[in-house]
Amino acid sequence: MNTGKVKLKKEVNSILCGPRKNNIKESVMEAFFAACAAVTIFVVISMTLYMLINGLPAIRKAGVEEILLRTEWKPTAEEPSYGILNIILTSLIGTLSAIVLGVPIGILTAVFLAECPHKRTAGLVKPAVELLAGIPSVIYGLLGLYLLNPWMYRLERKLFEGSETHRFTGGANLLSAVLVLAIMILPTVINVSETALRAVPSGIREASLGLGASRIQTIFHAVLPAAKSGICTAVVLGVGRAMGEAMAIMMVSGNSVNAPLPFQSVRFLTTALISEMAYAQGTHRQVLFTIGLVLFVFIMMVNILLNYILKKDKESHGYEKEKK
Amino acid sequence: MDMKKKRNSKDMEPKRKADNTLYRIRVRPLELFLSAFIYGAASLSVFLLLGMIGYIFFKGYGELCPDFFTNATSARHGTVGIGGNLLNTVYLIVISLLIGIPVGVGAAIYLNEYAAQGRLISAVEFAIETLAGIPSILFGMFGMVFFGGVLGLGYSLLNGALTLTLMILSLIVQNTRDALRAVPNSYREGAVGMGAAKWHMIQTVLLPSAAPGILTGIILAVGRIVGESAALLFTAGSAGALPKLGQGVGEDIAELLGKIFESGGTLAIALYLQMQNGEYELAFGIGCVLIFVVLLMNWVISLIGAKKR
Amino acid sequence: MIEGKIWVEHLNLYYGRKHALIDINLKMKEHLITALIGPSGCGKSTFLKCLNRMNDLVANTRIEGKILLDGENIYDKRVDTTLLRKKVGMVFQQPNPFPMSIYDNIAYGPRLHGVKNREELNRRVEEALKGAAIYDEVKDHMKKSAFSLSGGQQQRLCIARALAVEPEVLLMDEPTSALDPVSTLKIENLMKRLKKNYTVVVVTHNMQQAARVADDTAFFLAGEVVEFGSADQIFCRPLDKRTEQYITGRFG
Repeated sequence: MNTGKVKLKKEVNSILCGPRKNNIKESVMEAFFAACAAVTIFVVISMTLYMLINGLPAIRKAGVEEILLRTEWKPTAEEPSYGILNIILTSLIGTLSAIVLGVPIGILTAVFLAECPHKRTAGLVKPAVELLAGIPSVIYGLLGLYLLNPWMYRLERKLFEGSETHRFTGGANLLSAVLVLAIMILPTVINVSETALRAVPSGIREASLGLGASRIQTIFHAVLPAAKSGICTAVVLGVGRAMGEAMAIMMVSGNSVNAPLPFQSVRFLTTALISEMAYAQGTHRQVLFTIGLVLFVFIMMVNILLNYILKKDKESHGYEKEKK
Repeated sequence: MDMKKKRNSKDMEPKRKADNTLYRIRVRPLELFLSAFIYGAASLSVFLLLGMIGYIFFKGYGELCPDFFTNATSARHGTVGIGGNLLNTVYLIVISLLIGIPVGVGAAIYLNEYAAQGRLISAVEFAIETLAGIPSILFGMFGMVFFGGVLGLGYSLLNGALTLTLMILSLIVQNTRDALRAVPNSYREGAVGMGAAKWHMIQTVLLPSAAPGILTGIILAVGRIVGESAALLFTAGSAGALPKLGQGVGEDIAELLGKIFESGGTLAIALYLQMQNGEYELAFGIGCVLIFVVLLMNWVISLIGAKKR
Repeated sequence: MIEGKIWVEHLNLYYGRKHALIDINLKMKEHLITALIGPSGCGKSTFLKCLNRMNDLVANTRIEGKILLDGENIYDKRVDTTLLRKKVGMVFQQPNPFPMSIYDNIAYGPRLHGVKNREELNRRVEEALKGAAIYDEVKDHMKKSAFSLSGGQQQRLCIARALAVEPEVLLMDEPTSALDPVSTLKIENLMKRLKKNYTVVVVTHNMQQAARVADDTAFFLAGEVVEFGSADQIFCRPLDKRTEQYITGRFG
């Protein structure tokens, strides 16, 4: 009897009547979304290719040693030399110093935000950090140039009074740039570490306090170690941010190519690009692209390191997962 | 009896010996020191922020008058202002968002709703993380070579906008994806269970519930565009002229559309140039405007955040 | 003679406006297991946390009355809470090992309290692990992450961790509620062994467990102690009708 009824059913109404019209729209949309996702991959690949295509010719022409391992930078001289070692070292040492200076402050601020028992004071600091993250780098540059440099110049005059060898920089030196960078990485470090600290289960804190640890001991011996991988992420992101920053340190670092010493006028990878790209010609221009390539390689290394940390964190003891 | 006695006597002898008593607050100098550091670090960011904003406003508010916003800086006419830069900034925001939002949201939808776990998804994820980490100066170089050279756009607003689109893509994708992730699965099951097709479900259920998160991503992107400078120096250029309008509707439209192929500097670029020229009053004036925009964006984001809850 | 290790006198606790514990009077004797039973939300866990002042961490909490540990009021202004918690150890409902190696988990407490000597640390760790009856299971992989252990092992590890600071009192907050029956049995046997050296206070919602392990039992209901006495008396001859109803499974 039942079978008879089924036969009576109109074909259109059967769920077996094959794909409906609607499905064309469905597949078009899916294809569109897939294309959007593919765009991101395409962009990264083409950026990588263009950095290589433009950055390698100078190396091929002048040789790796000539560019990467020499310190004389005289691109417009009669007999030009294109050694960018000082520029690379400046970027590395500048970034490292900014991290050494900024990361402890950032982590301690994150500790304050995540562990502070008074919600109201934390509610004052949090928006400040968020605003700090949104301030454009040119503003950091402006304030650095207008406020920090004169102050640094005074310090410089005091330190090198009577020195015959010191070339005065007017305060525009590596130290100024490091200070600006250290401030600029703060929001990144703070936000990422705070998230990591908040993800630490409260059982860890209770266990530590229950063993007779003080609040501070609990933070430094139990909570921070438990948030280790998140904090590493924060540091790596800070490295990326400091290494890639250009405009803020353009004006405060003096912008002449020197060895990276605190009171010397220096040029970073990023600022080298900004200051010369507008007028460089021929080999000089190609070497600038090589500088871009070097920066790109450093940033990619940072990215891969980041990916590695995140992946490792997922695999090993993400304690949230272990608890099931 | 013994117990009762103990209980009643208030000043009874503690049973413990002196070295075992609970009654001694230990002072730990190291801990006080560390606490001081924690509080110091936290107040540093607050003071930095207040100091920076306060100083910029203090130095710059004198520049702010109606003419400052409507004029373009021009040596020939002897005028000073940021009208042209404001307009350029708006151009860049509009064009970048027009391209960036569909592509970014689309990519996020694909990642979260369509793609199965696997190679492709991790490739896209890696691509987005990479894009988020690439410094703006490298985007600028890529824009200069690819959009400016290969596509022949030269120094133009369109070139700048395309470059910025690449930069904001990761912001929009990440925020949209987080918003989509936060939509409970029961919503999806509910809609699909009623026989809705997937795209229909996305349109009517997912996107509306994820809207606040997507909007947050868009506003962050606007903030990034307004504050960006390094990526624009070699793509959009630095011209600050205003379009010549008032020659009839058709010409005006042509003039405004044609502007996207001309060079144009945003507010941040104008600030940089003025600073380089030593025109600090002007630079601080522009700084004031930028800070105001940043504050506005943060305020809107906090409004969205409050609504979400 | 059995002495009172912990005396609780007229203890009242408020969460904001809520009167969560009402005039509690109890005494817990040395070398006995005192079980706190009652329906969920009755305040037994809150009370347990009062005993080592873990409630200090909860905002908006106000406490009146006294808790005497060996005659010293632990809510006295002069009391160092870290010292108190060293003497009054705690084991939590969910096993909560630190994301470190097994060894470091146990050594955490002694290190905090200034034990630096390598041999002394090793001795303490070994003793604590033996005390918690888990030594044989982990002695060969002390460097492994504590998360590699099973839930029951993790909980015994947490007990060992508490023992390593050489406490006098051990508080246990539903220590077996997250565990399977076999692990539960192991922990119960362990508790019976532990009472030789420690004063044990255990919160449990499992009445059979209380009957199996407890010497004294307090029945909590809506923030009050309805009845307190030896476990035999509470489970066989309850004086209060509510206790009898709860014990016989009429509510809760």
